[in-house]
Amino acid sequence: MLNFSRWKTLSILFAVLLGIIFSLPNVVSREVWSRLPLVSQLQPLVLGLDLQGGSHVLLEVDRTDLQNQLSRQFIGDIRQALREQRIAYSGLGRTANGVSVRISNPADVDRAMDALRPLSQPVSIGLFGEAASNEFNVRRDGNVIVFELTKAGLESKIGRAIQQSLEIIGKRVNALGTTEPTIQRQGVDRILIQVPGLQDPDRLKALLGQTAKLQFRLVCDSQPQAEGERPPLECEEVPDQDNAQQVMWVQTSSRATVDGEDLTDAQPTFDSRSNEPVVSFRFNQKGALRFGKLTQENVGRPFAIVLDNKVVSAPVINEPILGGTGQISGRFTTQEANDLAIVLRSGALPAKLTVVEERTVGPSLGSDSIRAGVFATIIGTIGVVLFMIIGYGFFGLIADLALFANLAMLVGLLSLLGATLTLPGIAGLLLTLGMAVDSNVLVFERIREEWRSGRSPVSAIETGFRAALATIVDANVTTFVAVAVLFGMGSGPVRGFAVTLGLGVITTVFTAFTLTRLIIAWWLWSYRPKEVPL
Amino acid sequence: MFQGIRFVPDDTKIPFMRYSRFGFFLSAFLCVSALLVFLIDGLNYGIDFKGGTLIEVRTHGGITIGDLRGRISGLELGEAELQEFGAPDNILIRLETQPGGDAAQTAAVSKATQALGKDVEIRRVELVGPKVSAELTQEGTIAVVLAIIMVLIYIWFRFEWQFGLGAVASLLHDVIITIGVLSILRIEFNLNIIAAILTIIGYSLNDTVVIYDRIREYLRKFKKMRYVDLIDGALNSTLARTVITGTSTLIALLALYVFGGEVIRGFTFTMIFGILIGTYSSVFVAAPVLIILGSVRETKAEAQKARP
Repeated sequence: MLNFSRWKTLSILFAVLLGIIFSLPNVVSREVWSRLPLVSQLQPLVLGLDLQGGSHVLLEVDRTDLQNQLSRQFIGDIRQALREQRIAYSGLGRTANGVSVRISNPADVDRAMDALRPLSQPVSIGLFGEAASNEFNVRRDGNVIVFELTKAGLESKIGRAIQQSLEIIGKRVNALGTTEPTIQRQGVDRILIQVPGLQDPDRLKALLGQTAKLQFRLVCDSQPQAEGERPPLECEEVPDQDNAQQVMWVQTSSRATVDGEDLTDAQPTFDSRSNEPVVSFRFNQKGALRFGKLTQENVGRPFAIVLDNKVVSAPVINEPILGGTGQISGRFTTQEANDLAIVLRSGALPAKLTVVEERTVGPSLGSDSIRAGVFATIIGTIGVVLFMIIGYGFFGLIADLALFANLAMLVGLLSLLGATLTLPGIAGLLLTLGMAVDSNVLVFERIREEWRSGRSPVSAIETGFRAALATIVDANVTTFVAVAVLFGMGSGPVRGFAVTLGLGVITTVFTAFTLTRLIIAWWLWSYRPKEVPL
Repeated sequence: MFQGIRFVPDDTKIPFMRYSRFGFFLSAFLCVSALLVFLIDGLNYGIDFKGGTLIEVRTHGGITIGDLRGRISGLELGEAELQEFGAPDNILIRLETQPGGDAAQTAAVSKATQALGKDVEIRRVELVGPKVSAELTQEGTIAVVLAIIMVLIYIWFRFEWQFGLGAVASLLHDVIITIGVLSILRIEFNLNIIAAILTIIGYSLNDTVVIYDRIREYLRKFKKMRYVDLIDGALNSTLARTVITGTSTLIALLALYVFGGEVIRGFTFTMIFGILIGTYSSVFVAAPVLIILGSVRETKAEAQKARP
């Protein structure tokens, strides 16, 4: 136990040295560090959002909204397919879980089934992409054909919606200009966004909360005179952006509508006459053509700019807009115009996203937490170090040396892995420190027992290490098990705590069995003590 | 070469097992009371498990809790709870889960932050929707149960089944009493507390395993010794280690409790309490349980005695 081959000694010292080097970026100031050769690339620990301040927002796809959209789209497809086949139908509409249509002539039902079945496309799921089921279950009930959205169908739609949303959200969050936001999918229908150092979480949520579905729709000739009136054919009720009580009837027919999907650019500017903030936009070729035609045919009539099913404004078309550019005004503030431009540029989200969890820490609380955490760590370390010297004297010094090596290796390892340091993580660090002495205490107590039972120093130390090894491994494996569970369930800060504590267990066992042993062996061989000072 | 101070004198012979019947009564009493308190009063669940919103603000220029309550109360956001947090100008505002699903929560937060006004600094906002809080509750429960089961399995493999049961009994003891104390002191029960409880499980187990290791060693070494004396011997020979490791961990935790800031005070308090109760239970629960269950050796010995 006490003989170390040369390469073993070197590799132990090398491991400790590496730990020290990797942990140094956390201590040395950034300016000095970045000028050093070779090691300038090494990074310090990443601070968690609770320490540097920032927002953590968990979004979830609104399933009902997505289902509504799917059904609406599917109704359109059915209408078109039946028209092409010249099959008369009535009662095409939504059911609780899909769409149903009544075929007028019973003789046509079979033909209708044949025409409609291809609309329900297979969904590939599983690793090998095998088609396990279709988007819709198609069922015939007398004259009625019923389409039910399947679970796999909905899930594949959600998956696609999440994929698209990730990209769009990325554009929107990046437009805020903060450093290194992370955006990742979580579970089936969620997206996690973490933006460090954000000052205004409300603005972030406003940017994420907008689907940004933009439409230019002709206003109907007749408008509601009294509350609760039903809109005429091919018209729809849309509330005003500022006042939900005030509604406007706008046309639903696709010929009277241009979608915002064809936008290529949107920028915040100021109106040249009124000098109020507006958003100017530009269509692609297809959009420009449609928009030109719509405005040309309807000069003198008002059209409504509808954003997320709310009327932003309804200007009158003064002249045909053929150049494919235009502007949206709507009593915006400068920031509102700016944000609207951002969401329009990034494109519309495929479905509404709701915030299901938010954790924001302001920069002042973050820096307070760091200061408190660092101070507590220093005090705690001093306390533990002194306690070991009081309790074990010379051997306590050895334990303290091992403790510093342990701390350096732990911090170095965490920095190397790019782990995030959270406030509970600092707690984990300090707790590791307190518990790390345990391995040394076990060894020392054992050596002492063996020494008192009449062995020579060498033999006592030798046996002490050997006997303590099994105990240390057993004791640390159990801690590790608890930590592993913590890591598995945890998110964010709790996980940071688990990582610190878990790695701490590893470095602790390592230092106790290599460094402490090495130092004691050196002492033993160079001083040849007659007594063990324990 | 200088020596340290012995915190536990050499040749300490405390008859732990003689005291253990009192320990047993005390533990049983504490566990039952803790369970009762928990059943009657419940825990002070934080928003992680209950859902809702938490806003930490710092006020400037003499704005009082009363002022803030006035600004919030007109908003019809249900019951708002305001309390001082660490310092008189640091105030914690809790809003209950708003009716109307996840979207309503976000709306409530922006309404509240706007109403608080520009002269109040918002230091922290935490919002947990009803769905997420339900999931977190489930995950937290699973984590604690899973940790206990895994530990039982590990100890069963490494030792005999009696040891496994003893370790789990002492773990349950620690967890139940800790929860009772959290309930009495109305400490906010959140995700961090779950982390603290899992750490307590780890620590208490660590302690128990060290003692069990020694008992197992003595079982091999002293084949003739009475089981009670043997366990007493093992406890006494590991006592110095139990005390020193416990103290060193407590020193670290106390530094964190005093200087680590208000945000993790509940977390460190729980751990400090857990370390104390975990150390106690390794000696007064985990070890005596072995006597009650009867050792493997004695069952074997009796079998041998029966054989003529």
